[in-house]
Amino acid sequence: MTGVAVLTVVLVLLPLVAIFGYLLYRGIGSINWAFLTQTPKPVGEVGGGMANAIAGSAFILGIASIIGVPFGIGAGIYLAEFGRNRLGSAIRFTADVLNGVPSIVIGIVAYSIVVLYQKHFSALAGGAALAIMMVPTISRTTEEMLLLVPQALREAAYGLGVPRWRTTLSITLRTATSGVITGIMLAFARVAGETAPLLFTAFGNQFWSLRYDQPTAALPLQIFVYAISPYDEWHRQAWAGALVLIVLIVSAVAAVRYVVRHGTFGAA
Amino acid sequence: MTACGLAVLGVLVLIVYELVWRSNLSWKAFGLKFFAASDWDPVNEHFGALPFIFGTIVSSMLALIIAVPLSVGVAVFTTEMCPKALRGPLSFFVELLAAIPSVIYGLWAIFVLVPILSQYVQPFLQKTLGWTGLFDGPPFGYSMLAAGIILAIMIVPIISSITREVLMVVPQHQREAALALGATRWEMIRIGVLRNARAGIVGAIILGLGRALGETMAVTMVIGNRPEIAKSLFAPGYTMASVLANEFSEATGDVYLSALIEIGLALFFVTIIVNALARLLVWTVTRGQPARGHA
Repeated sequence: MTGVAVLTVVLVLLPLVAIFGYLLYRGIGSINWAFLTQTPKPVGEVGGGMANAIAGSAFILGIASIIGVPFGIGAGIYLAEFGRNRLGSAIRFTADVLNGVPSIVIGIVAYSIVVLYQKHFSALAGGAALAIMMVPTISRTTEEMLLLVPQALREAAYGLGVPRWRTTLSITLRTATSGVITGIMLAFARVAGETAPLLFTAFGNQFWSLRYDQPTAALPLQIFVYAISPYDEWHRQAWAGALVLIVLIVSAVAAVRYVVRHGTFGAA
Repeated sequence: MTACGLAVLGVLVLIVYELVWRSNLSWKAFGLKFFAASDWDPVNEHFGALPFIFGTIVSSMLALIIAVPLSVGVAVFTTEMCPKALRGPLSFFVELLAAIPSVIYGLWAIFVLVPILSQYVQPFLQKTLGWTGLFDGPPFGYSMLAAGIILAIMIVPIISSITREVLMVVPQHQREAALALGATRWEMIRIGVLRNARAGIVGAIILGLGRALGETMAVTMVIGNRPEIAKSLFAPGYTMASVLANEFSEATGDVYLSALIEIGLALFFVTIIVNALARLLVWTVTRGQPARGHA
């Protein structure tokens, strides 16, 4: 029976090894300087790259963070400091449920609240969709981290006559900074590879565009379009793009694990 | 702060409101028949969602059938049998699987999984299990089977990491008591651990189901995208999420768009119910500590 358990582990790790191995094998051969610095060439021409998609992804993620991070942290603070009541439980449960809403449905909502009013596919709409996805993760991790801050610290601040809001911001949140950043990075890693909510919000673009109200290229979108295309040259670039994306995400996750293990709170 | 907290509730309300309001047109035109009709004809504006519902359910079930034994096995191995030194790296690797974006799963599936399926696995299944009728038709690779397999790979990390957490909160006394009564290690795991963690494991499985139902990109890339109800797992299918991905930005006409949004609404309600159920089950076991399934 031990053999069966070991077998399951092998079967689960096999795809992981296969995916990373193939990704490295196809990706490293395809990445070059042009890939990182040029925009896509027309079909049939060799060369070109995904520079606009990489920049576009960063731009969309930036918008998402500007919208999502403050709300996420705010909700987390509310849950940890003031949320020991029925409303708190309701919000906690909603956040957990929101976490499971399919990303494509979030895309529809961003489409109908942003795109339909702007009359444009846009970076803003893509950012809004990703922001909605970031909030639950950030708020729940922020809450957990704030609850780890010792009560004595808060009491010390109250004892010195510091008002409650000031205590929360300068003492509690300050102490939990590294943990809160961990939560943000986790949310970031989660949405960085999202494709579905961008399909009809950011839409993609073959050219440079870093305007909030214009269709914008994104790395996952470009990988999707290239992967299902019939051209070998595009397949090659899809692998290169996938490698860039996975390196970004895995390094974010690894950084999180490192911070969690060696950060302010010894045990995680 | 309260405002930010309320915003979380607000987002949920907003999602429901937008979906209901924008799908109103299709609701008026087709009513409940929308979920029972199986013709999808954008030109004549006849829409029925049954093939997509069928595809979503079949691909998710297939994924669960493959993923559940594997994930429970991995969770049991990491909590009960594995040497301490291996525990960290093992859970890290399984978590890495969860961090891979779905579009990369799809990319890998198109270029590696689908060729393997069409060249080796499908002919083999046809020869050995062809009599069941589940494996008829040409072995194209792009099929319900491919979608089920890629979904299984994607939900294993969720199910196994939550099962692991659930197994870890089973009190040590339970194990010791079983061992003291003369149980072998496997009897101990079965009676002392798995039986106590039942509710939590079911919760983990339902959470995995929720993820599988809503998964879009990887499925869209391998399922073949044909709105048909076929008995064979080798036939192409279509899911609710992938029809949205493929047709939403190209939908002409208000009824078409509205019908797509209604599919989104149905998907939303199903996943909400599935997730809420799973959270409740996991909560009852881990006593209010949040279940960490993502990333």
